Amino acid sequence: MVNKKYEQLNDLIDQYLNSFEIVKTNDGTSITLELKKDDLIEICSLLKNTEALNFSMLIDVCGIDYLHYGVGDWETTKATASGYSRAVQQNTIIPDPDEKYQEKRFAVIYHLLSIDKNWRIRLKTFTGSENPPIVQSVTGIWNSADWFEREAFDLFGIYFDGHPDLRRILTDYGFIGHPFRKDFPLAGNLEVFHDDLEQKVKYRPVSITTRPTVPKVIRKKKNS
Amino acid sequence: MADSDNLTLNFGPQHPAAHGVLRLIMEMDGEVVHRIDPHVGLLHRGTEKLAETKPYNHSIGYMDRLDYISMMCCEHAYVLAIEKLLDVQPPIRAQYIRVMFDEITRILNHLLWLGCHGLDIGAMALFLYCFREREDLMDCYEAVSGSRMHATYYRPGGVYRDLPEEMPKYKANRFISKSKVKKLNYNREGTLLDFIADFTERFPSKVDEYEALLTDNRIWKQRTVNIGVVEPERAIELGFTGPMLRGSGVEWDLRRKEPYEVYDLLDFKIPIGLNGDCYDRYLVRVEEMRQSNLIIQQCVAWLNKNPGPVIIEDNKLTPPKRALMKHDMESLIYHFKLFSEGYSVPEGEIYCPVESPKGEFGVYIVSDGANKPYRLKVRAPSFAHLAAINEMVKGHMLADVVSVLGTLDLVFGELDR
Repeated sequence: MVNKKYEQLNDLIDQYLNSFEIVKTNDGTSITLELKKDDLIEICSLLKNTEALNFSMLIDVCGIDYLHYGVGDWETTKATASGYSRAVQQNTIIPDPDEKYQEKRFAVIYHLLSIDKNWRIRLKTFTGSENPPIVQSVTGIWNSADWFEREAFDLFGIYFDGHPDLRRILTDYGFIGHPFRKDFPLAGNLEVFHDDLEQKVKYRPVSITTRPTVPKVIRKKKNS
Repeated sequence: MADSDNLTLNFGPQHPAAHGVLRLIMEMDGEVVHRIDPHVGLLHRGTEKLAETKPYNHSIGYMDRLDYISMMCCEHAYVLAIEKLLDVQPPIRAQYIRVMFDEITRILNHLLWLGCHGLDIGAMALFLYCFREREDLMDCYEAVSGSRMHATYYRPGGVYRDLPEEMPKYKANRFISKSKVKKLNYNREGTLLDFIADFTERFPSKVDEYEALLTDNRIWKQRTVNIGVVEPERAIELGFTGPMLRGSGVEWDLRRKEPYEVYDLLDFKIPIGLNGDCYDRYLVRVEEMRQSNLIIQQCVAWLNKNPGPVIIEDNKLTPPKRALMKHDMESLIYHFKLFSEGYSVPEGEIYCPVESPKGEFGVYIVSDGANKPYRLKVRAPSFAHLAAINEMVKGHMLADVVSVLGTLDLVFGELDR
């Protein structure tokens, strides 16, 4: 039942989006389209306004940082003398404003839903090497994108061109950095404390180090 | 008359009607609201980032703490997503248990919502009645998981353990006499299922009581009818889900439209509203409680008749039996590997939504084949709902802001994550 529905959607996508350069993945129960970011607005409005597709609702927008994708924590080729301390992360990273990113570092992911047709689709677009990473805003197409895009901006530092009110949303007033980037330390950079002498709340560099108790291990399934 | 500027008013972050920590900056023209700018994130704990640094099973407990009013539904989305990535199917009994507890959770959530929404608007007694019924359901949580709120009961591959054979009972002490205790324990003599069955028999008359207090109450209607009206087209445009969308008259329920677990085998109706105002959303939620009650009854009947395993026996994913570990080396190794490293999930990405009491609660997991999620994104229904508050209250009076805040059914645990 489900599969049939997505077969039909698959054919419709081929029919309506054949003029665009897209990479389509279809695993039978969900379809992902990886598209070029310049085509984003055109494809989105096509998906929403085409009667046969009818993606009337934008469920979610989220950012993703592929910096450490597929990299395990403790991968060593030879025995080391240092033991547990290998896992300690303590370096504070101050982003370099002139840094150029890898082509496939940041991506924005959109989850769309069609209420009438009862199907979903996932769109993915990479932001490229620009700093800051930037994509077009879809707030003009789906109003619900407003806060989701603000969130992705706040947590990943991805700019959304054409967003009416791109402010931070989840982090503290005056926060520096984008905490969900993979090079942002888990414990953060600053901690808050109350200065008894001056009788006010102040910031200082964090005093704790992050020690992952379980290392990230990647295990590939053996070909049987 | 001289022109007067708009007044900017700060509301919260610590305010009982804010349902948590919400700060609103309101631009007022006298009593009329012109613009609202919600400041959220005061409860942001970085759950998603934390989950990315922990093995999959460690984060189940975090899911409880997202929407801390509907704990098990949040777990459900997370666990389902992992199961789909691993391509495993829990035993049918586990599916029924999950559905039963999802519906218990729905009643828990709606009771709290009804009590607090009533309290905000001025119906004090209702709050106490709602919490009386919540107490019984909390006891079900406790009986099955040992915890009244943050259960961590669902696991990839099933549920942690089978339903208990007996309910915990009240004990006599110097404040409660033996005869009083006997009265309190009247429905706790049997199994947990008997206790739940007894609850489902009592509950519809309790809902009637709430409705007697509110549905035709003049003050209640004055405060909710035609307040915060959302047209169906706008509701879709704004990303509304759950009772917020159904209140506007769109029949959309994931339990019916994209059935997960055993929802397609169960009989229930989906209530929808007509006008899309606060009153209709109230009616929708009250009717949902009645429907949930029916689903629980069906689950109890099935579970009573069909014993069986509640978690798959794949020791790469679920712990081996304790007794087996004492003499079987393989089991000991599996146990050690599972609790030190966890299990690795095949590379891929998945978005898995469930119909939580507040709307579509979705979990998006990107896995790079490791024992931790590479990216976990939680799609919280309240997030989209609160984003629309400016549109919903524009032109209303200040007092209506409280009605609308109540009807949104916000929980900041999931909104701020």
